[in-house]
Amino acid sequence: MISCRNVSKSFRDHKVLNKINFDVPEGVIVGLLGPSGAGKTTLIKILTGQLLSDEGKVEVMDRDVTKLKGADKNRFGIMMDQFGFYERFTCSENLKVFADIYGIPQSKVTDSLKDVGLEGASKIKASDLSKGMKARLLLARALMHSPKIIFLDEPTSGLDPKSMRAIHEIILKRKKEGCTVFLTTHNMDEAAMLCDNVMLLNEGTIVENGSPEELCRKYNRDKKIKVSLSDGVTKEFKQMGQDKHELADLISKGMIETIHSEEPTLETIFLELTGKKLQED
Amino acid sequence: MQKILVIFKKQLRDTVRNKTILIQFILFPLLTLIMENAVTLDNMPEHFFTKLFAVMYIGMAPVTSVASVISEEKEKDTLRVLMMANIKPWQYLIGVGTHVWTICMLGALLMSTGLPASERPFFLTVMAIGFIISVILGACIGIASRNQMMATSLVMPVMMVLSFAPMLAMFNDIIKKGATIFYTQQLKTVFDEMSWSTFSAKNITVICLNVIVFVLLFAVLYRKKGLE
Repeated sequence: MISCRNVSKSFRDHKVLNKINFDVPEGVIVGLLGPSGAGKTTLIKILTGQLLSDEGKVEVMDRDVTKLKGADKNRFGIMMDQFGFYERFTCSENLKVFADIYGIPQSKVTDSLKDVGLEGASKIKASDLSKGMKARLLLARALMHSPKIIFLDEPTSGLDPKSMRAIHEIILKRKKEGCTVFLTTHNMDEAAMLCDNVMLLNEGTIVENGSPEELCRKYNRDKKIKVSLSDGVTKEFKQMGQDKHELADLISKGMIETIHSEEPTLETIFLELTGKKLQED
Repeated sequence: MQKILVIFKKQLRDTVRNKTILIQFILFPLLTLIMENAVTLDNMPEHFFTKLFAVMYIGMAPVTSVASVISEEKEKDTLRVLMMANIKPWQYLIGVGTHVWTICMLGALLMSTGLPASERPFFLTVMAIGFIISVILGACIGIASRNQMMATSLVMPVMMVLSFAPMLAMFNDIIKKGATIFYTQQLKTVFDEMSWSTFSAKNITVICLNVIVFVLLFAVLYRKKGLE
């Protein structure tokens, strides 16, 4: 569905993207993870044809992205933080403008608002919406014409957990309907929960990629186990080496209250690979 | 055509809510009606306020409105969304331009109610030409501006010159000489006589030169900056 080959982009002397390569098959959710300034938004702009790369080739739906025609673009749904809406218009008026542009029936406006849980806010002016509601309105606009590929740039950035969950549900629902989703985020939990595949982007380079489970297994070198003992002490053991005897001893004495495996998270993998955190504390 | 209509409809809906733009559209037609009916001075030429405010309306409302609409869409990043929804830049510009021109023509129609019926077609035709030139100029400023603040800074001096120069030219010969290079001053001369025969070669040449300059400016700015 999306193919990116040796894509590089610089702004003046600063190389923002450096030889990016990946393929996104149809019907999956792919997440691009990286800290602020890693090049995520630049890449999404290149993939959607808003920006030209300096080198390399991008194909979306088997077409060169620079040669996409109007009908092709109508199969995109794009939600970006920078994309605004008409503040003096109500939610439903905002969507009506785009329903007219896409040539879809006005009844779809009501359905789209309902899909994102904004049916009660259809007559509220867009400028009066909360941040979470604004994000949902942007998502409704991106999805209202039933696109085949959805590009989401930090869709839940700065949202409360409830709004975040609502947006996750919508994204997963679209995936079930066969859409391909490409999203950027610096939230590892979001990526682990939503994505079939993640790419870790650091300073313009993809440092690792794979499914979240695969990556967590790959970097689970120490195979640690965390146990809470009946005397209130919490201990970490490695499955290999001397630790396994001590652990077996504790089990035989019946001293273990809880026991958990300690796989690395995407956050710790990113930290191990780059020495940086995905999210600022 | 359908997409131009969408932009037209969107602008129409927005005009009712956008007080800044709305005032631009109704200020001069309203002032004309009030002044023509309330003020009578000795030796005042016939329909003095209609002719004076008509030129000010041409030099002010379309320039300000078009520049403001385009720069606001750029500032709020709604223009980018329209482009991503496959609205072509020319469709957008024609949609906005047609909307502003139509609303201004409605204002001109209101202003013309004080004129004799025989003069109205002439008045409206000249107003229509003036609005087209101003819409092109407004689009130049909108394209050149990154945001509304920049657009206002550029619009203010342009609007002052185009609108007030013809009025000040009535009292000062030096200003009159300088103002002859502007299309608004030429239209004021034409309005003074309210007849097709007043269109001299000089009027037509200056107006055409203004159009050429603005169209070239538009082409250069559009090539350089596009609508991004």
